[in-house]
Amino acid sequence: MSTSDKVFNIVNGLVMLFVIVVMLYPFWNTIAVSFNDAQDTLRGGITLFPRVFSLYSYQSVFKNKLMATAAVNSVLRTVLSTLLGVAVSSLVAYVLSRKELVGKKFITAYFLVTMYVSAGLIPTYFLIKELHLLNSFWVYIIPGVLGVYNVIVIKSFMQQLPESLTEAAMVDGAGYFRCYWQIVIPCCKPVLATIALWCAVGAWNQWFDTFLYASSKDNLTTLQYEMMKLLSSASQSGRDNSSIFGQEAQVANTITPTSIRAAVTIVASVPILVVYPFLQKYFVKGVTLGAVKG
Amino acid sequence: MKKKLLAQKTLFIMIIPCMIYTFIFSYYPLKGWIMAFQNFKPAKGYAGSDFVGLRQFQFLFGDMEFWRSMRNTLGMSLMNLVFGTVFAIVFALLLNEIRSAGFKKITQTVSYLPHFLSWIIVTSLISNMLASDGMVNNFLSALHITKSPILFLGEQKYFWWVATFASIWKETGWNSIIYIAAIAGIDQDMYEAAQLDGANRFQRMWHVTLPGIRPTIVVLMIMNLGWVLNTSFEIPYLLGGGLLQDVSQTLDIFVLKYGMNIGNYSLATAAGIFKSVISLILVFGTNAVANKLGESSLM
Repeated sequence: MSTSDKVFNIVNGLVMLFVIVVMLYPFWNTIAVSFNDAQDTLRGGITLFPRVFSLYSYQSVFKNKLMATAAVNSVLRTVLSTLLGVAVSSLVAYVLSRKELVGKKFITAYFLVTMYVSAGLIPTYFLIKELHLLNSFWVYIIPGVLGVYNVIVIKSFMQQLPESLTEAAMVDGAGYFRCYWQIVIPCCKPVLATIALWCAVGAWNQWFDTFLYASSKDNLTTLQYEMMKLLSSASQSGRDNSSIFGQEAQVANTITPTSIRAAVTIVASVPILVVYPFLQKYFVKGVTLGAVKG
Repeated sequence: MKKKLLAQKTLFIMIIPCMIYTFIFSYYPLKGWIMAFQNFKPAKGYAGSDFVGLRQFQFLFGDMEFWRSMRNTLGMSLMNLVFGTVFAIVFALLLNEIRSAGFKKITQTVSYLPHFLSWIIVTSLISNMLASDGMVNNFLSALHITKSPILFLGEQKYFWWVATFASIWKETGWNSIIYIAAIAGIDQDMYEAAQLDGANRFQRMWHVTLPGIRPTIVVLMIMNLGWVLNTSFEIPYLLGGGLLQDVSQTLDIFVLKYGMNIGNYSLATAAGIFKSVISLILVFGTNAVANKLGESSLM
């Protein structure tokens, strides 16, 4: 190996190390702040480790009624959206993957068009209103059940399965539904795992629907939406939403917007941070799968 | 035909409810586009509201705020497209040169992570990073590049760069996946041949790797160009606003503001339709260009 190669390797390694630091430090710092005493944090200078260790920020988050409701709603919507999303998308993908389907071209186009043409914010709002989904928990689940992009990814996976697989079963008298349920679905586990993760992450991270359709109902709030309220109150308006955590504690500086925000950030991202390293390959798999023809 | 349909009865029982669902949630709300040609009042409904022809569009095209939103949308999207693509490609190229498989794996894992976090979390982290006592300002002052902290989030001139930084931080790793896959698909013999010809590392990257992933780059660039109007809501909404409104308000925020806050549903819908139509032209236009260039179409 020549000297220039060695220099290149070292510099390249340092660049990648820099990338890692830039990606991880903000989290690490937020964790440190969230475990630090709120009043002490105001002095500044918290970097990698808490200076005065305190669990008070987390205690106030978990004791807060609104936060508890938000957490329950976030978990519920994530679980339900994922289960329904995978079930419905795979069903549509299965039907569209059948070569013999009468009117296949039309039906496929019927679904594909919706990827490109959407009614837009205001007409969709009126639709949700018309369907009586405003201020209802179901607004988190029903509108997002069928993801056309997910259908395409699953369908292209199904099309790569050997045809003999279902043919044999059909000859033996199994119907389409049994083929779907007992043969195709078990073969599609890897792609379904990927789609399930995408659905779960998407549902967990969603805040806009709470903001738009359910913001007047405290019992329908979600973690991301509460986080958004904390964020917007901290950044510009000078209003302070962390007052939901009690005036007295604020006056005494035992909790501050900064500390609460850090704690909520960690609570809202922990499920993903914990699951992600173990399931990374499923998360990533679909990217190249999705690049195949629809 | 009839026999065929009967044989496929189950398939249709499976698909028809899904088609009805799609009709309700995707096709039926299109009727709301009527609003754009009316002076719509929710109390009067579609039937009772006055038709005004194209007056909403006329008002829109004469409105400075609308054009400013258009400029901000295009500006931030294009900056994001150019810098996002360059960063993703450079990252993929450099990562490809890492010899240690373990280190490579760790770098990849870490760099994909922000993609899975919500924009809420990411903007919160970004605003910490860019605060006057945040990581970036500390770094700049430690290197003696700046004397006093820069108020990245407080001044209009920085906002587009802040938005670009935020999306690069979140998506570079994720966007590089497709380039890494493309690099892995390059014929290894090409590298050996280049090496025999005396090409060094940089020359191999420049003359073998980059041309090898050129089709991927072109197709992705063109496809993303088709989506420029659709990618700008969350960062400007969450990080901008207030004093930054002049540079942060995008088309989507314009629609949200006029529709939900001001209650001018007709104008907001007109702006939404305008955006959808232009997007549609862009998406199909860019796809046709990609096809013509002989690159494989992604659609």
